[in-house]
Amino acid sequence: MNATASTGRLAIDQDMTIYQAEALKDELMGNVTQTQVIELDLSRVSEIDTAGIQLLMLAKRECQKQGKTLRIVAHSPRVHELMDFFNIAGFFGDPLVIPARESA
Amino acid sequence: MEEILSVFIQEAREQLTDMEAGLMRMEQGDHDPETLNAIFRAAHTIKGGSGVVELGMIEKFTHVVENALDKLRNAEISVSSALVSVILNCCDHLNALLDLAENDMREADAETQAKGGALANELRGFLGGAVAPSAAATPAETAAAVESEGGGKTMNDCWHISVRFGRDVLRNGMDPEAILRYLLSLGEIAHITTLSDALPEPEEMAPESCYLGFEISFRSHADKAAIERVFDFVRDDCELHILPPYSKVADYLDLIAHLPEETMRLGEILVKSGALTQEELDAGLAAQQAGSAVAAQVEGGPPAPHLGKILVEQQMLQPEIVEAAVTKQKQISEKKADEARLIRVHADKLDHLIDLVGELVIAGASANLLAQKSGQTVLVETTSVLSRLVESIRDSALQLRMVQIGETFNRFNRVVRDTAKELGKEIELVITGAETELDKSVVEKIGDPLMHLVRNAMDHGLEPTAVRLAKGKPQAGRVELNAYHDSGSIVIKVVDDGAGLPKEKIRTKALEKGLISENQTLSDQEIANLIFEAGFSTAEKVTNLSGRGVGMDVVRRNIQALRGTVEVDSEENLGSRFTIRLPLTLAIIDGFLVGVEQSTFVIPLEMVVECMELQPSSEERNYLNLRGEVLPFVRLRELFEVNSDKPVRENVVVVKAGGRKVGIVVDVLQGEFQTVIKPLGAIFGHLRGIAGSTILGSGEIALILDVQALANLAAGAEERMHAADGALH
Repeated sequence: MNATASTGRLAIDQDMTIYQAEALKDELMGNVTQTQVIELDLSRVSEIDTAGIQLLMLAKRECQKQGKTLRIVAHSPRVHELMDFFNIAGFFGDPLVIPARESA
Repeated sequence: MEEILSVFIQEAREQLTDMEAGLMRMEQGDHDPETLNAIFRAAHTIKGGSGVVELGMIEKFTHVVENALDKLRNAEISVSSALVSVILNCCDHLNALLDLAENDMREADAETQAKGGALANELRGFLGGAVAPSAAATPAETAAAVESEGGGKTMNDCWHISVRFGRDVLRNGMDPEAILRYLLSLGEIAHITTLSDALPEPEEMAPESCYLGFEISFRSHADKAAIERVFDFVRDDCELHILPPYSKVADYLDLIAHLPEETMRLGEILVKSGALTQEELDAGLAAQQAGSAVAAQVEGGPPAPHLGKILVEQQMLQPEIVEAAVTKQKQISEKKADEARLIRVHADKLDHLIDLVGELVIAGASANLLAQKSGQTVLVETTSVLSRLVESIRDSALQLRMVQIGETFNRFNRVVRDTAKELGKEIELVITGAETELDKSVVEKIGDPLMHLVRNAMDHGLEPTAVRLAKGKPQAGRVELNAYHDSGSIVIKVVDDGAGLPKEKIRTKALEKGLISENQTLSDQEIANLIFEAGFSTAEKVTNLSGRGVGMDVVRRNIQALRGTVEVDSEENLGSRFTIRLPLTLAIIDGFLVGVEQSTFVIPLEMVVECMELQPSSEERNYLNLRGEVLPFVRLRELFEVNSDKPVRENVVVVKAGGRKVGIVVDVLQGEFQTVIKPLGAIFGHLRGIAGSTILGSGEIALILDVQALANLAAGAEERMHAADGALH
C-alpha cells in the first residue's frame, strides 16, 4: 500500500471564519472522504473564529468515526491561541500545540 | 519576620477583634444570622491564613473554634453565655498564639499548648452535648471535622458556568469567543471545557450554526448578576446555568441532569474542571439514583428534562443558596473595594515624614527670618507663601497620623463585660464620639490610663446591685466613655453613675498622709482631685482590679507625659466624671516666643491668655492685681538665675494651666512661632519647668516651658510666703 497515496495534505491559506464556513466545510469534508490520513496545514490562517473551530472539530470527529487520522501539522499563532483559549488542544491531540492549561 | 507572616498576624488580629465584637453582640441578644456568619467568616479567614503561612498550631486550634461556630450556625447548638465566654477565651488564646508567632515561635510551648487543649476540650463539651448521643467524648473531634468540611457543600471556590449557545448565535453576528473573552474582564477562567457533542452528522451540519457548549470554572468576585450580564447579548439564544462558588453537590447534580450531554461525561468534566471531587460526584449520583428509583415508583417514570421544565425549575432552584452566595460575593467585593481605597503604611514611614516636616518647618522659619532681615519685599512675600504651604503640609502630614479613638474604646466592651461578670454587677457601657480622631501615638498611650479609670469606675464607682436598688437607682450600672474635640485638644470623659467620691474620707486620708493641713479650706473639686496624689487609695476592700493605691497618680503621670491633664468632679451618690484633656498631636505645637536676656523660651500658645506690661509697683511682690484678681507670677529671670540687669520694662504673660491662672515675667515678647518639639536628653529628665526644646529659625535653641510645673511653682511660692506671713503676725 502506498503511504503517500493515502496521505492527503491540505493547506488552508485563507481565513477560517463564518464567512468562509460554507466553502470550508465542503473542502474539509471532501478531503476527509478521500484519504486515510489528512494533514492540515493551518500556518497561513490569519483569522479563525468559533465557526472555524467548529468545523475543525467536526472534521476531526468524522475522521475518528471513520477510523481515519486527521493531523494538524502547523498552526498559525492565531489558531494556536484560540485552540488554547477553548482548551481543545487535547481534543485534536496534535503535538505542535503546547496548551497553557492542562489539556482536557 | 517575613512580610507575609506579619501581614497575616495583623489581619488575624483584626479578625479577632471583629469576632469579639460579634460575640458580644450575640451575647447581648443579637440574633441576626449575619452576625454569626461574620464571626464564622472571621474564624474561617484566620484558619485559611494560618494554613498559608504554615502556622499549624493556629490552624488546628481555629479549626476547633470554627467547628463550634458552624454548629451554632446550623442551629445544632444554641447560644449561651457560657459558650460565648469559652469562645471569647479561645479568641484570647489565639491572640496569645499570634504573640508567639510574632516572636518567631512556630510551636506553642507546653503551657500554652495545655491551655489550648483545655479550651478545645471545653468547647467540645458544648458540642458533645448537642451532637447525637452516640458521639463519645474522644472521637468528637473527628466527627465534628467531617461534618463541618462536608456539610453538603463543595470546597470549590469558583463559579461554575454552563453555557450551550443557540444555533443562531453565529449568524446573528455574536461570536462565543468574544463573549467568553469579555467574561475575562470579571475574573479568571480557571478551567474551560469545550463541548462539541451537539455537532450533528456532517451532512446535516450547517456551518453557520453554532453547536458548541462550554463548561467553565470561573474565579471571580463578581456577583451572579454581573456574570449573567456578560451573556446578555445572547441571553435569548443560549442555555445558561450559573452555580455560585461552594454550591451544594446536589445543585451540580441538578445541573448535570439539565444539560443535554450524558451524565457520566458531564460528571467527568465537572471533576476535571475542579468543580466537584470524584467522591462528591459518586456519592451524589448514588443518592440521586436511590432517590429517582423511589420517584419512579411514585410517578411511574423518571422525569425527562425538556426545556420548559428546565426553565421552571431553574427559577425554583435559585432562591436561598444562590441568594446567600450572591450576597456573600457582594460583601466580599465591597470589602475588596474598600480595601483598595485604603493603603497600609508602616508607622515608621509616617514618623519619618513627620520628622522631615518638622525639619521643614524649622528651615522655613529660618528662611523667613533671613528674608525679613534682608528687607527685600519680594523675598519676604515669597517666603510667606512658602511658609503658608509648609503649614498646610504640616497639617496634612499630622492628619495622616490621626486615627479614630473608637478602636480603643471598643476594647472596653470586652473589659466591661468580663469585669461585670467577675464583680457580679450588671454594667452597661455607653460609647459616644468613637469617631473622634487623635494622633496615633496619643491613642496608643492613652489606653492604659483609660483602662485604669474604667476599671476604677466599675469597681469603686458602681455600687453592688443590691445597694443600687436600695438607693432607687436602675439595676444596671452605667459607664460612659465619651470623646470630642475642644479647641485644639481632645477631651475624653469617663463617667459613671455610681456612688461618687467620698469627700470626707478623702479629706481624712489626705490629712493622715500630710497632703493637706487641718485649716486648709478646699473646694469640693480640689478634694476630689486629691485622689491623683501618690499613694492614695480609700478603697476599704482591695480587689484584684484596683485599690492598691498605685493607681490614680500613675494615671495622672501618664496623662501629663502626653502634655495632657486629668480632672475629676464627683457628686456623692450620683457618680463621678473623669475628664482627660489631651493635645491633638505630640510633635508640633504653636508656640509663643518670649525672651529673657539672650535666651529664648517657648510657651505653648494654647495656654497663653493675655500679655501685659509689668507695673513697677509689683517690684517686690510675686503677685499682681489683675482686674481685681490675685495673679501669682514667677520671674523667669530669677527662676533660671539669669544674672544681669533688668531691662526697663518687663512683661507678664498670663497663662492658664490646670484650671488656674499664673503670670510668667519675661523681658520681651517675640510673638508666635511654630514649634517642633524635640525631646530633651535623659540627663535633663529631672529638670522642673522645662518640657522640651526646639530649634529656632536662627539655628538657636529655645527651651519649651512646662507651664503646668511653673504654675505649681508660682502658687506654691505664694502659699509659702503666706504661711511665713502668718507666722510673723
